[in-house]
Amino acid sequence: MIQLIAFYLFATITIASAAMVIFARNPVHSVMWLILAFFNAAGLMLLAGAEFIAMLLVIVYVGAVAVLFLFVVMMLDIDFAELRAGFVRYLPLGALVAIILAAELVFAVGAWNAGGVDLAARVAPVAEDASNIQQIGELLYTRYIFLFEAAGIVLLVAMIGAIALTHRQRGGTRGQNIAAQNRRRPHEATRLVDPGVGQGMEL
Amino acid sequence: MTEFFQNLGMSYEWAWGVATVCGILLIALPLMLAVAMIIYADRKIWAAMALRRGPNVVGPFGLLQSFADGLKVFLQETIIPSSANRGLFLIAPIITFTVALMAWAVIPFNSGAVLADINVGLLYILAVSSLGVYGVILSGWSSNSKYPFFSAMRASAQMISYEVSIGFILIGVVLFADSFNLNEIVRVQQGHGLGIVNAFGFNLLLFPLAVLFFISSLAETARTPFDLTEAESELVAGYQTEYSSMSFALFWLGEYANVLLMCTLNAVLFWGGWLPPIDWAPLYAVPGIIWLFAKILFFFFAFSWVKATVPRYRYDQLMRLGWKVFLPISLIWVFLVSGYLMLTRYS
Repeated sequence: MIQLIAFYLFATITIASAAMVIFARNPVHSVMWLILAFFNAAGLMLLAGAEFIAMLLVIVYVGAVAVLFLFVVMMLDIDFAELRAGFVRYLPLGALVAIILAAELVFAVGAWNAGGVDLAARVAPVAEDASNIQQIGELLYTRYIFLFEAAGIVLLVAMIGAIALTHRQRGGTRGQNIAAQNRRRPHEATRLVDPGVGQGMEL
Repeated sequence: MTEFFQNLGMSYEWAWGVATVCGILLIALPLMLAVAMIIYADRKIWAAMALRRGPNVVGPFGLLQSFADGLKVFLQETIIPSSANRGLFLIAPIITFTVALMAWAVIPFNSGAVLADINVGLLYILAVSSLGVYGVILSGWSSNSKYPFFSAMRASAQMISYEVSIGFILIGVVLFADSFNLNEIVRVQQGHGLGIVNAFGFNLLLFPLAVLFFISSLAETARTPFDLTEAESELVAGYQTEYSSMSFALFWLGEYANVLLMCTLNAVLFWGGWLPPIDWAPLYAVPGIIWLFAKILFFFFAFSWVKATVPRYRYDQLMRLGWKVFLPISLIWVFLVSGYLMLTRYS
């Protein structure tokens, strides 16, 4: 009973906040609705018994990705009139994407009803008693190790690409070399002089 | 507790619901009281280290100072800047406060005395603490003022940077404990140091991680020397500048609840949680919650000590420490710990 109520609560809020992402006038509000949608999706994952995925969803999407979104959106100088003017221009493209997505959904539900998807025929049956993390870990590091490492390499390449694109050598900046500062001893940095009267000293 | 309410004649669902609400109140109300008292303790400790008296007027030894302050802000007017984004401006402190309370759900106060004894306890803590950043960013942005915005940018960059290395430090602990469940992590620490000491911190391989975690938790809660988010010489009061009355108090409470949480995590992850420090039978006669509180208070004293004695970092130095020092060291330590465990436990 509690689970049923929780499911409908999470599902309703997910859909409603996903809709609000599009309808909200203020882009920062949009991002906040998106975060709420992520949250409730994590709740749905919990109900499905996938607590590891749920936590990852919150840590990765809410804790990192959405923060980046929020940063970018907050920094933007947004002209609302211009945004609304673009609406008509992008309407055909948006409608096309929406139609394709809707068609795919219909196909997916049709395939499901026709029995094309058999969830019972899993490649690796899972033990009931082990926890989520252990199950995922065991599969990931044995059966799917090459895919896992390939994903890692793709991410590494993407990271190097991002760094190479944004890194620029700036001339004329004075950096701080903390190791050199720590190495410096008083006798290298100071000097004791005793200038005669009227002679001054060389710096 | 669910059984207790079931014995009173409730159905399982109702008993569970009532028991959970009672559990939440049992944690949240003493926590609020503890926050009020540690604010007082914090001020007294700084005062003692600066050879001042500290709060000593309200109540005996000034013990009621925090309550007087709380009453004062409660009676003040909430001012909302005219060009602020009203909704988000009011939600931001609520987010900070709620998130600071949420993480306590998985903290074990004694063997089995935990509100939600979940498998992914440590991940839950990471997830919840990564939410804390939203309260700060939103308050900075919605105030529509320059200093709060700068402060919010600083705070979010700082929190995200140190969360990365905290994640790797936690992985070291999880590898040793073989579990994400906080209660299990505490239990594994029993007799960990030579069969005598109940703490991961006495393991030579984990001690550096304990030090890193302590420093990272200072940065994560934006305490001195990493309190650049409210560096008053540069940013007035940081992201809280435009806040007044209760909305300000919520930030204040949330901040200290977070500090207590980080002290607790230090105690639970590295110094044996509710276990007595030494694995010796008579010490187990003292309830575990007292040992845990003693450890929390010790770490809180260390937090105040640092605040009273260490000067503030510069922002680029803070970032350098996070990304160029802590991150490589914690990564190398994940490698070392897993290598050690492969050699000894899993070979």
